[in-house]
This record gives sequence, structure tokens and C-alpha cells, in this order.
Amino acid sequence: MPAPAKDTAPTFSSSASAVGVAVEGLCKNFGELVALKDVSLAVKPGEIFVLMGPSGSGKSVFLRHVAGLEAPTAGRVTIDGRDALDPATRKLVRMGVVFQAGALFNSLSVFDNLALYPREHRLGSEEAIREKVEHTLAILSLANTSHKFPAELSGGMKKRVSIARALVMEPQLLLYDEPTSELDPVMSATIAEIIATLKEQTRVTSIVVSHDRELALNIADRVGILMAGRLIHVGPPGPLRQPADPVISEFLYPKIDISNPRYKRAQ
Amino acid sequence: MKQLTNVFAGIGSAVQLMFRSASYAGTLPRQFGRFIEQCYLIGYTTFPIVMILSAFIGGVLALQAGYSMQDFGTQQFIGTLVGLSMARELGPVMVAILVAGRVGSAIAAELASMTIYQEVDALVTMDIPPERMLVMPRLAAVLVMMPVLAILANIVGWMGGAVVAKSVSFIAVEPTAYFAALRRYTHFKDVFNGMLKAEVFGFVVVLVSCSIGLNTRGGPREIGASVTRAVVVSLILILVFDYFLTHLLMSVM
Repeated sequence: MPAPAKDTAPTFSSSASAVGVAVEGLCKNFGELVALKDVSLAVKPGEIFVLMGPSGSGKSVFLRHVAGLEAPTAGRVTIDGRDALDPATRKLVRMGVVFQAGALFNSLSVFDNLALYPREHRLGSEEAIREKVEHTLAILSLANTSHKFPAELSGGMKKRVSIARALVMEPQLLLYDEPTSELDPVMSATIAEIIATLKEQTRVTSIVVSHDRELALNIADRVGILMAGRLIHVGPPGPLRQPADPVISEFLYPKIDISNPRYKRAQ
Repeated sequence: MKQLTNVFAGIGSAVQLMFRSASYAGTLPRQFGRFIEQCYLIGYTTFPIVMILSAFIGGVLALQAGYSMQDFGTQQFIGTLVGLSMARELGPVMVAILVAGRVGSAIAAELASMTIYQEVDALVTMDIPPERMLVMPRLAAVLVMMPVLAILANIVGWMGGAVVAKSVSFIAVEPTAYFAALRRYTHFKDVFNGMLKAEVFGFVVVLVSCSIGLNTRGGPREIGASVTRAVVVSLILILVFDYFLTHLLMSVM
């Protein structure tokens, strides 16, 4: 008798409601360097908010504040009304972070990287954890990597494992630091689709820091643009297809002009 | 002035780490696998080098003592000298120095690398305190393994001394006479004294290495700097603690 067919459609699970993030007058200085200047914004529950900006504009520093990894010089970040810096917030709000370089635990296999959170927090039997980890790996086409170690993976695979590790947590808030950097266009599109599907299926709140214009314009509910530590624009992605502001236009749609290159203009 | 501030900041950070890690002592049964892994790394992998060095240190002690004692005809007390020196001082200090060089450096390198490459940040965001997962099992393992290593170092050092005492012609003390002299003046309290010292030294080495590793900032180059700092600070602290502990134990025991 044939085994009953299984529904193999990729589905993400969530066991809790999404959370909102409020940033009020956030400032961060590293000595003389001003990384963030009076940044204020609110990310609604279930929203995909994409923060764009040139390299060194303070995007990753902003994300570290939301993750509670950095203390602000002034201002505050709250997640569902609770201070992001307070360790108690992490006990109440499940937060998945996809770090730019993956931040996978090099001494653990891919499987153990994913199983670490549920094992440490005793979220089910070993069998249930195994099933959940294998399901998540399968969704991200990583089924054959579970026994491998991070050092044996390509950059794109590491990124996907990092996303898978965040998904296993069934997060209420997902923070992505450059999720499509170093990826080929197809893999970038795959990651963008995963972020959008996650929002549809689990209503997880997502904050994505990225340079990727296509990702921002296609999946974001709102886009913020950070320039030299200041938030100069927040709004829906539509108007950014033809921005009126020349600074934003130059950032999003830079034209390559060989006859008058930028490095000469800068001089 | 800045260096002095850094020293006090380092001490404060290590003390804070000790208390935070101690608050997770109750989680040790759940982390039994990690504890055993650290026992293996601290104890088993250090064991061969401890044995080799102890044998030679015991031998050198016997040789030097025999050379000096032959003028007075007191070679029969070589066993006493080697026994007490190894048990009270050389055994624990040598084991601690080896643990600092072999284990402390590895801990500092691993934790510094985990910090630089944001693995520690990942743990924090997953609500898995690094003190619980990375520090507590190491501290518990060193507390278990150090007395074992110190006793083994003593035994092998005493044996090394016996071999040299017997085989070098100008000493020529029979093992029975050597061990009789050793037993007569080396008591359990001397061995216990050494075990206590080894315990404190090992704890300090692992705590300092963990603290320096977890406080590493900057790029990959800082990993090497943290390893060097961990070993140097550990070696200094071993000798500083040795002096004060010796004073304390002399007055107590």
C-alpha cells in the first residue's frame, strides 16, 4: 500500500503574534564618529521595513540597536513597548537575526546550528526538533548540508543556513543585515521571495538592511533611506521608482559616466 | 593612566564574568556534554606534556640537590627535597603554566574568534547567555581537572627524581631510601596545599582567558593580540597568586 502523499509545499510556522518596533531619537557616537543622528521611526507589526543607504551610513549600527546589541548614546529602541537593551525583552520576544557574515557557530554542524535554539530552550523532544530542523533545511534547499560544517559551505549557503537558523526560532521579529550581499541574482531573488513568503505566512515583522534596490522595491511595505547617520526618507516603495529627490535618485539609480567619472568629480 | 584604567577595567570585567557564570552553575547537569568535552580538552590533552615536564623537573631537582648535597653527605634527604618542592610549589605552578600556555591560549583564541565573527552576538540574540554556554562548563572542568593534573605531576616528578637519584653516580640513592625520606617529611597537607594552589591558578587562567576572549574588539588581528594578552596576564597572575597563597597557606596550615 503506497504511503500517503505528504504536502511538500514550503510552509513556515509561527506560534506567536508579530511585534512592533519603535525607535525614538536614536543617536550613536563612536568617539568622534557620529554613526546615527536622531533617527526616529516606527515599524508596524507584520511589516517588512527595508532600510537602505550607502556603505558606512549607519545601517548595521541601527540594526544592532534594534537587536539590543548596542547601547545608544541618546534615544531608545523599544520592541512592543519594552526596551530592546533589556535582556528580559529577549525572553519575551523571539528575535531572529541574520548577520551579514552568517555568524554561524563554526564548531557545530549545520544541523546543530539550527537545533541549538530549540535544544537550549527545551522546545520539544529531540525527535520533534530533528523534524523541525530537517523541514526548515528542506525549505531552503539545504537538506544535504545538515552534516556539514560552516567552513565547508559557500557564501550563499552560509547565508541560507543563517536564515534557516533564524526561522527555526519561529521569530516574532526578524532582522536581516544585508541578506543578499555576495549572492548571485537568482539566489538574491530567492532570499527576497523567502522574506516576503514569511511575512505572508507568519506575519513576522521584518527589518531588512540592504543595498539591494530590487529587493527593497519588490518586497518592502516601506523603505527608509539613511545617509550619513540621518534618516532622510521613509515611505512606500512606489515613489522610489522615480524619486524626485536628486540625492535619493543618485543613490538608487547612479549613472555610469565614463567621460566625467565620480572620483574626478569628487576631486 | 590609560593603561591603569585598562587594568582595572579588565579586573572588573573578569570579576563580573565570574559572578555571572556562577549564577548558571545550576545548569551544569544540562550541559554535561560540554563539561566532559572541556574536561577532555583541559585534562586529557594537557596530560602528556605535564607528564614529560614533571619527570624532567623532578630529575633536575634531584640532580641539582644531589650535586650540592654531596659536599655535606646529605644525599639521603634528596627524596624529602624533591617531594616537598613538587607537592607544595613546582607541581601546581608548572601545571598552571602549562594550562595557561596550552588551554588558556586556545580558550582566548576561540572566544575572541567567536566574538569577532559575531557568534557571541548571535548567542545573545537567541537568549543563550554566553556565560552559561561558553564560560561555565570551562570553569567547572578546570576545577575538576587541575587537582588531578597536580597529583599526577607530583607522582611523575617524584618518580623522575627517584630515577636520577639512583642512576647518577655521585648521588646513588636507592629508591627505597629516596621514598622513605620522601614519605617521612611529605605529608598529605603538603599535597593538599598544592592541590588548592592548582585549583586557584587553573580557575584564574580560565577566567582571565574567557574574559579577554569575550572582550575582544576589532578585526581578526585582535585575535592574536588577545591570545598573547591572555597568556601573559595568566602567567603574571599565577606568580602573584602563588606568593599570596603561599603566605596564606603557611599561616593557616
